[in-house]
Amino acid sequence: MAKVLVVTSGKGGVGKTTSTAAIGAALAQAGQNVVVVDFDVGLRNLDLIMGAERRVVYDLVNVVQGDAKLAQALIRDKRVDTLSLLPASQTRDKDALTPEGVERVVGDLRDKFDWVVCDSPAGIERGATLAMRHADVAIVVTNPEVSSVRDSDRIIGMLDSKTARAEAGERIDKHLLLTRYDTGRATRGEMLKVDDVLEILAIPLLGIIPDSEDVLRASNVGCPVTLHNPSSAPARAYSEAARRLLGEAIDVSIPVERKGLMSRLFGRKVA
Amino acid sequence: MSIFNFFSRPRSAPIARERLQLLLAHERALNGRSDLAAVLQEEILAVIARHIAIDRDKVNVKLDRGGSVSTLEIDIEMPVSLSPVKN
Repeated sequence: MAKVLVVTSGKGGVGKTTSTAAIGAALAQAGQNVVVVDFDVGLRNLDLIMGAERRVVYDLVNVVQGDAKLAQALIRDKRVDTLSLLPASQTRDKDALTPEGVERVVGDLRDKFDWVVCDSPAGIERGATLAMRHADVAIVVTNPEVSSVRDSDRIIGMLDSKTARAEAGERIDKHLLLTRYDTGRATRGEMLKVDDVLEILAIPLLGIIPDSEDVLRASNVGCPVTLHNPSSAPARAYSEAARRLLGEAIDVSIPVERKGLMSRLFGRKVA
Repeated sequence: MSIFNFFSRPRSAPIARERLQLLLAHERALNGRSDLAAVLQEEILAVIARHIAIDRDKVNVKLDRGGSVSTLEIDIEMPVSLSPVKN
């Protein structure tokens, strides 16, 4: 039974696209058949983070409007063969997506894949509501910072009222993914703690992604961090989050950087 | 003073947490009717305007959302002569 997963947040820049790529790749590495779908029409970036920007021919809007077949628009990942990408359009605006078209495409993707991971645009408008519309599971990406937590609260309210599941009186599984977390600053009282955010948002915790240089390094080269440096702290945190999505019961911990002698001596990694 | 500051390092996270808890309690209650203050203001002013001629520019509205009590303060400057509205 295929699952549609939306990665959403309300606020921009908190790590939705990074998380979509990292978790999508981790699910695929675990043997699942995965498609990651970019809903950010007009400002697509998932193709860039996945390193497939030069292979985009057709996109989600072409498929929604019937100008291209789904199979033509899907881009198969070169590193993990059970991972595919459906890019967004860069030239159209988000009104090019119709509710009926999105419903049809998501339905078709359900037939082909185990996981349909939808990367939501920021905001609470059409693109974001369409991305969450057919979700069974939601990941709410949040930074330990007041504006991000406020926007996440708003998005949680929308997940409970504006999705197809909510309207049918069913439950949508919501998970919190806390990104850019700095244990040191939280301990010193300079940053909201995990427990603070959990208490305020009151949804179960899927994972804590430590603030790390590895994330930028992976996006620089166009590779999900879980594939680029699997032993790095953020990659381990994302992989564990993916295993929790698959139903494994693993305690949530905050992975720490493992520093080798060279990085201890020179203060940075040779990458 | 700097040494004093060093030992009593300001902890901003508890402030963030309190502000959020307060704000979200209100935003959740107002879910879908965030314009409550504006609606109240309009209706209260309409009632008063039925009896007294008021200058819209001399109306000051303040909303203060507190933990247990919120206040909506509407300050209306009365004209010098309380001229009743002519019907």
